[in-house]
Amino acid sequence: MIEVLATGALATVQDLGREGALRWGVGSAGAMDPLALAAGNLLLGNADDAAGIELPVLPFRVRFQRDGGFAVTGADVDARLDGRPLLPWTAQRARAGQELLLNLPRRGATWPASRAYLCLAGGVDVPRLLGSRSTQMRGAFGGFEGRALRAGDVLVAGAASAEEFLEGVGLVPPALAMPLLADGLPALRVLPAAEYAAYTAASRAAFWAEPWKISAQSDRYGYRLQGPPLQPLAPLEMRSHGIVPGVIQVPPGGQPIVQMRDAQPSGGYPKLGTVIEADLWRLGQAPVGSRVRFVECDWNGALAALAQVDHWLAEARRWLGLQRGAGGIAP
Amino acid sequence: MSGMNEQPSISRLGTRALLFEAPGETTLATQQRIWSLAREAETWPEVREAVPGMNNLMLCWRRAPQRCDAIEARLHAAWAAARPLALQGRVVELDVVYGGDGGPHLADVVAHTGLAIDEIVERHSAPVYPVYALGSHPGYCYLGGMDPRIATPRRPVPVLRIPGGAVSIGGAQTGVSASDGPSGWNTIGCTAMSFFDPQRDPPALLAPGDSLRFRVKQVIR
Repeated sequence: MIEVLATGALATVQDLGREGALRWGVGSAGAMDPLALAAGNLLLGNADDAAGIELPVLPFRVRFQRDGGFAVTGADVDARLDGRPLLPWTAQRARAGQELLLNLPRRGATWPASRAYLCLAGGVDVPRLLGSRSTQMRGAFGGFEGRALRAGDVLVAGAASAEEFLEGVGLVPPALAMPLLADGLPALRVLPAAEYAAYTAASRAAFWAEPWKISAQSDRYGYRLQGPPLQPLAPLEMRSHGIVPGVIQVPPGGQPIVQMRDAQPSGGYPKLGTVIEADLWRLGQAPVGSRVRFVECDWNGALAALAQVDHWLAEARRWLGLQRGAGGIAP
Repeated sequence: MSGMNEQPSISRLGTRALLFEAPGETTLATQQRIWSLAREAETWPEVREAVPGMNNLMLCWRRAPQRCDAIEARLHAAWAAARPLALQGRVVELDVVYGGDGGPHLADVVAHTGLAIDEIVERHSAPVYPVYALGSHPGYCYLGGMDPRIATPRRPVPVLRIPGGAVSIGGAQTGVSASDGPSGWNTIGCTAMSFFDPQRDPPALLAPGDSLRFRVKQVIR
């Protein structure tokens, strides 16, 4: 059980997302960096669908009202428990009364990232609605009372798993284990979408060749990018259709918007491509003001990338299991 | 562009989903075939959810298939075999206050169409609007059947927050916002209906095949 003492804007409870409710107009929501959330849950022996707290704006400070395990993953935020610095991406234990402070992401951190995740042993216990504990901002339900956290909120952890986690055990962040760069900038692999061929050759070339700046108008709904304007061969009129996170829409102004986890589940702007599912965590961590590049990908390449993510998670699970086994034998 | 060719088109939404777009003009008959196709596709093991749009269908994968050609061929065959599914749903009536604070853009519809307020209200409240699909935000319905005479282009700059219950016109479509949020449509009135409750089963008030009728409660000039 933790009490929020201080928080930045838009701290929300998220799990891996809400599936199967699109038919009612409900998008997936869920963690912008699902790998960081999954890693936090693995470190604590939580269920895969346990919810954590996503922190896009730091610092963030909580007091533990009861003893409990926790893990801070995602951005390297110089976490401190009663002032004592903690190694990032490790399982930790707090005693009742202790304060946990997460600072601004370190400048020049070993891995660039903007969002931190605070996971609790047992997961953040909020009601599951339509199959998920994620906060659905439009419509204001799910998560903690359907809203962002505020100072004074008290969050309860669920029953911790019978399997004890190992304090101090950690994981190497996937940004270090699976880096992806193109010409010195973070890269995102993209599968072309329906209207790709409806753009001028110059626009298509610029889309792949130029760096794209993540504008300040970027959030969980979408990342608005700045770069050379993308021009269709002729004006495009679309009918409203389903879309998913990762879809790159191009409004008439020619500046693309990548749909993110709070994206609405349907839209009508033309689609140039889709950032592949396996790379969405990378974009979810890219800071406002930073630049990224798009790299063209085919179906097999996208599947291989998904397999690599699955492999990373499977290896993390296996390694932590081995550590626990060893921990059980040690005196 | 897409959907206006002779043949349906199939495209990819990354590795998460596929988009099937029916050809031709947007019609209820085509939408009834889309509903039929959705029912069929939802029984396929690869498909987590089949989500109708406006004369199109998104298939979301449980897990990205190794190859797409077989399932695309299956989809084309199922479309060729799909007969219109005439869902007979409920007709839900909504009391609407047109104009005033709850309909700040009614004047823009007047300016664009050249029609008087009373005529706009009459044309807007006359049809029984079929719900084609849900989307955009929880509980929101895409409706067919608006009188093209009151069509009004989307606003050049979207409004940051319109309230739930706002009745609006965007191009040739009309709809009712189910919760507060941004919108590029022209708000002409308001209702007090609750379209979505996550505790309810199903959570959305309306489903494809249901219909909406707007009743004039008041016109504020």
